[in-house]
Amino acid sequence: MIQTLAFYLFAVLVTASATMVILSRNPVHSVLWLILSFFNAAGLMVLVGAEFIALLLVIVYVGAVAVLFLFVVMMLDIDFSELRAGFMKNFPIGVAIAVVLLTELVLGIGAYRAGALQLGAPTGDAVPIPGRGNIDSLGAVLYTDYLFLFEAAGIILLVAMVGAIVLTHREQKATRGHQNIGKQVRRNPDEATVMKQPEVGAGVEL
Amino acid sequence: MIGIEHYLVVGAILFVLGVLGIFLNRKNIIVILMAIELILLAVNINLVAFSAFLGDMIGQIFAMFVLTVAAGEAAIGLAILVIYFRGRGTIAVDDVDRLKG
Repeated sequence: MIQTLAFYLFAVLVTASATMVILSRNPVHSVLWLILSFFNAAGLMVLVGAEFIALLLVIVYVGAVAVLFLFVVMMLDIDFSELRAGFMKNFPIGVAIAVVLLTELVLGIGAYRAGALQLGAPTGDAVPIPGRGNIDSLGAVLYTDYLFLFEAAGIILLVAMVGAIVLTHREQKATRGHQNIGKQVRRNPDEATVMKQPEVGAGVEL
Repeated sequence: MIGIEHYLVVGAILFVLGVLGIFLNRKNIIVILMAIELILLAVNINLVAFSAFLGDMIGQIFAMFVLTVAAGEAAIGLAILVIYFRGRGTIAVDDVDRLKG
C-alpha cells in the first residue's frame, strides 16, 4: 500500500517537474525543476530496489551536471526573452507530435501487457546475489563480465574532461609570467648545480 | 500492486516531455540540452525497471553507462556553448550557421 502511494507520488512529481523544465520562462528555474525531477526519479528507482543507480543519479546529475548547467546559465549574459520567440508558434505542432508519440508508446506497452510482444528472457548470468545488497550484485557483474566496458566508460569521461578543458581554456600570457617550457626541459643536473667545498668562515662566490 | 507497465508509462511520458521540450524551445540550446537529459532519464528509468522486474543486473549496468555518456555529453555540450557565446555573443540556435551546412 505504502509502496503504491510512494510510486504515484514520485511518478506525479517527476512528470510535473519535467513539464515545468520545458515550460518555465527562466532557464535557472528550469535547472531547479530538473533537479527536483532527478530526485523523484531516484525515488522511483529506490522503490524497485536499485539503490546504487538511484544514488548515482543524485550524485552525478544533481551534484555535477545540474550544477554545471547552473554555472553556465548564470555565467553567460543571455537575453532569454528573445530566445522564447516562436514558443507559441511551435506549440500546436509540438503537442500534436508529442501526443502521437505518447499514444504509440502506450500502445506498445499495452501490447506487451496483453501478451502480444515477446521479450527476450534473461540469460541468468547476472541474477542478483540472494541475501546480498544491490551494490554487491552490481559489482560482481560490473568488475568481471563488463570490465572492459567499465574502463571504456572511464576513457569516455577522461576524453570529455580533456575536451571541455581544451575547448574553454584561454591562454593568459600577461598574468602567468614567462614560463619557457623548452628551457626548463633542457636543464640537466650537470649544468644546473655546482659543488663547492668552502673553507670554514671563507664563504662561497658563485 | 505496481507492475513494470507503470514504470514504462512513466518512462514514456518523460521521453515525450523531452521531445516536446526540444520542439517548444527550438531557440534556446540550454533548454534543449536539459530536454536531452530528460530523455536519457526516461531511458534510465526503463532500463532499471526492466532490470528489477526481470531479475537481471545487466539493465542497471547499462543505466550506469548511459549516465556516464550523459555526463560527458553535458560537459562537452556546455563547453561548446561557452566558446560559441564568447565568439558571437548569442546562443540562438537559428544563428548557428557558420559551417554553412
